[in-house]
Formats: sequence, C-alpha cells, structure tokens
Amino acid sequence: MKFPKNGLVKMYLNSIFSDPVRMERLVDIAQSSFLPLIEATLQFTLPLSIISFIFGLILAILTALARISTVKIFQIIARVYVSIIRGTPLLVQLFILFYGLPTLGITIDPFPAAVIGFSLNVGAYASEVIRAAILSIPKGQWEAADTIGMSYTQSLRRVILPQASRVSLPPLSNTFISLIKDTSLASLILVTEMFRVAQQIAATNYEFLLLYGQAALLYWVICFALSLVQGRLEHRFDRYVSR
Amino acid sequence: MISIKNLHKKFGDLEVLKGIDADVQKGQAIVVIGPSGSGKTTFLRCLNTLETPTSGSVTIDEQTADFSKPLSKKQIMAFRKQSAMVFQHYNLFPHMTALENVMEGPITVQKQDKKLARKKAEQLLTKVGLGEKINDYPFQLSGGQQQRVGIARALALEPKVMLFDEPTSALDPELVGEVLQVMKDLAAEGMTMVVVTHEMRFAKGVADEVLFMDEGRIIERGKPEDIFNHPTEERTKRFLSLIQKTDVI
Repeated sequence: MKFPKNGLVKMYLNSIFSDPVRMERLVDIAQSSFLPLIEATLQFTLPLSIISFIFGLILAILTALARISTVKIFQIIARVYVSIIRGTPLLVQLFILFYGLPTLGITIDPFPAAVIGFSLNVGAYASEVIRAAILSIPKGQWEAADTIGMSYTQSLRRVILPQASRVSLPPLSNTFISLIKDTSLASLILVTEMFRVAQQIAATNYEFLLLYGQAALLYWVICFALSLVQGRLEHRFDRYVSR
Repeated sequence: MISIKNLHKKFGDLEVLKGIDADVQKGQAIVVIGPSGSGKTTFLRCLNTLETPTSGSVTIDEQTADFSKPLSKKQIMAFRKQSAMVFQHYNLFPHMTALENVMEGPITVQKQDKKLARKKAEQLLTKVGLGEKINDYPFQLSGGQQQRVGIARALALEPKVMLFDEPTSALDPELVGEVLQVMKDLAAEGMTMVVVTHEMRFAKGVADEVLFMDEGRIIERGKPEDIFNHPTEERTKRFLSLIQKTDVI
C-alpha cells in the first residue's frame, strides 16, 4: 500500500482547491454524471430491488409455511432450498444464473437473471424471519380462529400473518435495505444499474473517488428514506400494542 | 342437543379421557368441575375437536363426529360450526378492535353482509355491557372486559352450544362477577352451555346439572344441590371439602 507523505485527505483536497481548473472539472463531472446515475437508479436499481423483494417475500411466505407444515416432503424441500441459498455467495449464484446456465442451453437476459437471483436470495433469508414471526404468535390465536370456524388460509390471512408482519417488520426492513445495496452486484452480470453506470463514467475520466462517492451517497439516501418509511410503518403497527 | 358416547383421548401413552358418556339437553347449562388434571378441559376441547379424541363420538344437534375413523377437514369444520368457545385467556385478536373481533366470524367465515354484521356486533357488545368500548383494542380493556368481548365474539356466530373453558380463572377477583353475570343472563335466555369452571357459586346458582370429573372419568353427575349437599361418591366429597376449606380461608 502506498500513502502520500502529507496525509491523504489533505493531499487530495489540496490538489483540488489549489487548482481551479481541476476544481471546475470535478464540479462538471459531478453535475453531468448526476443525471445518468439517477436514471440508472430509477430504471434499474429501484425496480430490481422492489420486484425482487416482492417475489422474494411471496417465496419466503411459502417457504416458511412449508417449513412449519406437517408434510415431510414440503419441509425437506424448504430446508434444502434455504440451505443452498444461504450456504453459497450471492455473487456465485448470479454468475451461475447468467454465465453458467447458457452451458445447459438456458440463456437469461441480465435483468431477469438478476431478478431471479435476488428473489431466490430474499426468499431464503426472509423465510427464516417469517417462520420465526409466525411461530411467535401464541397458539391461542390459531385456536380462536379455529373455533370461529376459519379455514387454515383464513386463519393465516386474517389472524396470523397480520400479527406476524408486525413482528417481522424490523428484520424484513433489514433484508430490503441489504437487497438495495446488493443490487450493485448486478453490475457484474451486465445490468446497467446505478453502480455500473458509475463505473462506466469513471472509466472515461478516472475520477474514481468522485463517482464511487456519488454512488455511495445515492445508496445512502435511498436507504435513509427507507428507514423513515420503516419508522412510520412500525408506528402504524404499534397502534394495537400497549407501551 | 349434545350426546357424547364413550369418548377416549390419549396423549401418547397418557390416557386423559377414559370413556366419557354424557348427554346435554337443549337449553341446559352444564358445569364441569373437578381437580386439576382430571381431564375436564380436554373433555371440553374434544367437543369442538380442538383436541381430536382417540375414539368415541360426539353429536351436536344431529351433526355427529365419529372419531373411530379420521375426519376430513370439511367434516371438522362443519362440526365446529355447531359450537363456539370462550377461552381462559380470552384469545382475542389483538390487531382488531372489540367490534372487529366480534364481526370477524360473521364476515369472514359466514360471509354475512358487513353492515348487518356490524349492527349485530354492536348489539352484542351492548348486551355484554361494552357499548361504549366497541372501538377499543383488546390491550385497552381490562381482563373482565376482554372476556366479555370474547363471549360476544362467540355469540356472534349464533352457535347452538357455547363452550366455556375456565372463563374466569385468569381474572382478578373483582372482575369475575361481571363475566359471571353475562353468563348467568345467557343461561337464563336458554342458551345451551357447557362450562368448565372453579366458580362453585356459579355452579350452585346457575347450573342445571353438575358433572364431577376425576382421572378422566365422570364420577358423579346431578343437580347442583344434590352434588354439593349430598355427594354420594367418596372422591366428590373429598374434592368438595378441599374447596370449601379454601373458601373459608
């Protein structure tokens, strides 16, 4: 590793502020790259995150129900699925989907490949959250639903899942926030999401710190906004809990 | 109204019910008493298949559940519609208001018209003395109020039989009276009820008949004055004397 003698931040800032031409160049680049980065966020990063989260959540609920079901084969399928996804790196999964499957004659475009990869990933991790949340609902709630004549699906939909969603909101928010940041990995299977655009711009002007800094800032803004939404949702859920 | 024939229930090797036979007439209030572990709660839970009996049969108003062979989900659900249950720990749905709790069965299960169900729920809550509290969530209500919502929720289903599983055991002593009063009114209206309870005063005052259970069997049954004043079985005498001792303290 190489460090500049005078300290690195000082050196970098000096190189900018003592040089009006460079200063102007950086401001120009920051301004002109802002729009493409936002565009890529709206066009790919956010849709990829949202679509994958929705699919992932549906998959997670099904997997959680399979895990707690009394049918052995459902349990086994769910266990194997969760084990494979949690036991292998996300990047490897994406590579298998995009670069590996064509060997078997299955070719998937970058964006759908990414959606499949991230959905499978969210499905496995969130299923554990949802399973725990469902198990945390007292047995008496199932029994009360039974005695008023509800079917299994009615009990789930009207009684168990609404309560489980309150319990699982904080951990699921974590999953969603992680997912948003993980979509940057899609750049490696050629999805032109925000980080890939940042890389492409940086490759033309070599201002890596500036572009990656901008990307980081954008990710942070999205995640911060999300944590605000999470707070509001938690507040709404808490209306029926004493505190 | 209810006819129970040779009901057995085993949990693993433990036989909790060892052959129960009993009949309940329409409009009767039956109180089941007995020491803890006698199987009285299990017996009650077998009447709506919250516990599936090992063998025997239960008939409620011409719907028979024969447990010698496994029942389909459909059969179980049809059988459950005959009765409604009030739980020791209320088991209200915490994410619904009192009104929503009472409306839930009629709307979701019986597919009734929302407006009609709402009106009926309001009437029921007023009837149990909670007309002012219909929009409160369970956590905002006292134990006694929650249990009365529980009773209203059960009544909303218009069941043929009401099952009460120790409905006052979890309540503070000063709240027991309000719940018993509601149950007493129900009995007076001619609701068929099976009540598992430790409230001997309720048994004496309200029951048409008292069943004394011990070790998975019905030891003695009869009119409350007979059971309480002239029990014939040794075990009944022992149980009652133990209870009366604590009453004095």
